[in-house]
Amino acid sequence: MSSDDTPHFSEHAGFGRRVINFLHGNPTIIPFLVLIIGLAIFSLIVGKRFFHPFNLSLVLQQVTVIGMLALAQTLIILTAGIDLSVGAIMVLSSVAMGQMALTLGLPPEIALLAGIAVGGACGALNGLLITWLRLPPFIVTLGTWSIFNAFVQFWSRGQTIRQQEIAAEAAILQWTGTALQFGAWRLTLGSVLMLGLAALLWYMLNRTAYGRHIYAVGNDPEAARLSGISTQRVLFSVYLLAGVICGLAGWVLIGRIGAVSPLGGGSANLDSITAVVIGGTSLFGGRGSIIGTLIGALIVGFFRNGLALAGLDVLWQEFSIGCLIIMAVGFDQWLRRISN
Amino acid sequence: MSDPNTRQPILAARDLRKAYGRVVAMDGADFDLYPGEILGVIGDNGAGKSSMIAALAGAVRPDSGEIWLGGEQVRFANPMEARAKGIETVFQTLAMAPALTIVDNLFLGREYRKPGFRGRWLRALDRTRMRAEARKHLSELGLATIQNIDQVVETLSGGQRQGVAVARACAFGSRVIILDEPTAALGVKESRKVLDLILDVRRRGISVVLISHNMPHVFEIADRVHIHRLGRRIAQVRPDQISMSDAVAIMTGAMAPPTE
Repeated sequence: MSSDDTPHFSEHAGFGRRVINFLHGNPTIIPFLVLIIGLAIFSLIVGKRFFHPFNLSLVLQQVTVIGMLALAQTLIILTAGIDLSVGAIMVLSSVAMGQMALTLGLPPEIALLAGIAVGGACGALNGLLITWLRLPPFIVTLGTWSIFNAFVQFWSRGQTIRQQEIAAEAAILQWTGTALQFGAWRLTLGSVLMLGLAALLWYMLNRTAYGRHIYAVGNDPEAARLSGISTQRVLFSVYLLAGVICGLAGWVLIGRIGAVSPLGGGSANLDSITAVVIGGTSLFGGRGSIIGTLIGALIVGFFRNGLALAGLDVLWQEFSIGCLIIMAVGFDQWLRRISN
Repeated sequence: MSDPNTRQPILAARDLRKAYGRVVAMDGADFDLYPGEILGVIGDNGAGKSSMIAALAGAVRPDSGEIWLGGEQVRFANPMEARAKGIETVFQTLAMAPALTIVDNLFLGREYRKPGFRGRWLRALDRTRMRAEARKHLSELGLATIQNIDQVVETLSGGQRQGVAVARACAFGSRVIILDEPTAALGVKESRKVLDLILDVRRRGISVVLISHNMPHVFEIADRVHIHRLGRRIAQVRPDQISMSDAVAIMTGAMAPPTE
């Protein structure tokens, strides 16, 4: 076609515009830079100890449980939702596993699967309330957070199931705590599970139609609907899937602490949101990535660890995490504003 | 109704009615689109243009009335059914997810999967094929200047976005493309390009319905114009046989429609 009879849309992209376009296409780049710069600064302040395999392994173990929840939270935030009940679902699942194996005397493998199913059921309840009754996710999961916590107290009677009991009767529940030793490196099976799940979710979000639909539903539900996507079905399935992941997180939690405690998930809800947001996923939906969330979880882990090793009081850990959250959300807002 | 055109319409509607509570949006609206033409639909706000277009696109179910596509009566429950029959609509909102790439948006809701095991069991998208087809469709419409089809849509200009939306409509072998206010959000230069794009679409043998408030745009490129008023079509005119101000007068009720 000649240039005379066809419309041409020329691109006048200046340097600033190109940088913005690049940031749009690669939302993980900022969290990645924060992580690298953070690591560089901490290694300067703390010295060799910081990069010692022992320390790095420790940080990975510390972020594993929150990392699992943050994976579930990522899926939900990508749909422009939020799940305040992830921590409660995780604890309820772990209590379900422990109680079914030790109090009800079910075979441990069955108890494990049933515990994950409890997580799935909790997620399905959230999804049902959000899609069927069309209630806002914030309110629904605030409500179910309380309800699931009540179930935890009811079922566990406030009692912890001790490590030795589990080891004796249902060792499979502690399987995720098994450590693989590579020289000074220590990798728990829980961390392996978390990283494997992250790879799986990455594939799902980026290489399947369902994954693209999750982004579309979060970014512009009306556009998704007009494109033939059943938005309600996508939303429900995302909450269900998040519930199952929280169930798995319950298993990882038992491996991490050894016991089944009704008190395990206190700040986990907000920590998972923190990791997702610092990882560059937008609370307005449709923007973000699994890799960003992993980086976000690592940033939180390394900041806590680095500041502690530097000898600073715990309050500065909280302070710095708070600053990171506000900067991450501020950056996201700015990027959205200039693109309109 | 005597139309000088004796051919069979590709898309037609008779006596469409739709009420939202006590508000009557369509009050016996008729519609005829002939193969290979650009049909302009004009009317004041509340004349029922959008409701009629939504009914033809399957986005709204009329209370009563008939829709005929290629001589066969059809009833659309949703936009997907209309699309399956070859009626593509470019909504005013464009229905594109701004944070997704051009390729993602072009194939949103009808993605290709890889052949064999990876597509069937691992549900893997055939991204190579989607990219190649996206590039083909964009260059066919003279949009080859959009170099990077993995660019997210929100980094495109308004005209480019409209272009991508039109390319999506053309891409799926459609017979009819309905454009709802395609130039409403655009400047002069970009409007020009989009109008050229619409002429390009007609050249490819696709029938086009153009709904617009912009009289000069409609009168420039439309072969025929339907004038709607108070929920029904009150006149069918040819842009070369009526002045723009007369059309506006008919549209607003200041002048009686020409007797047919």
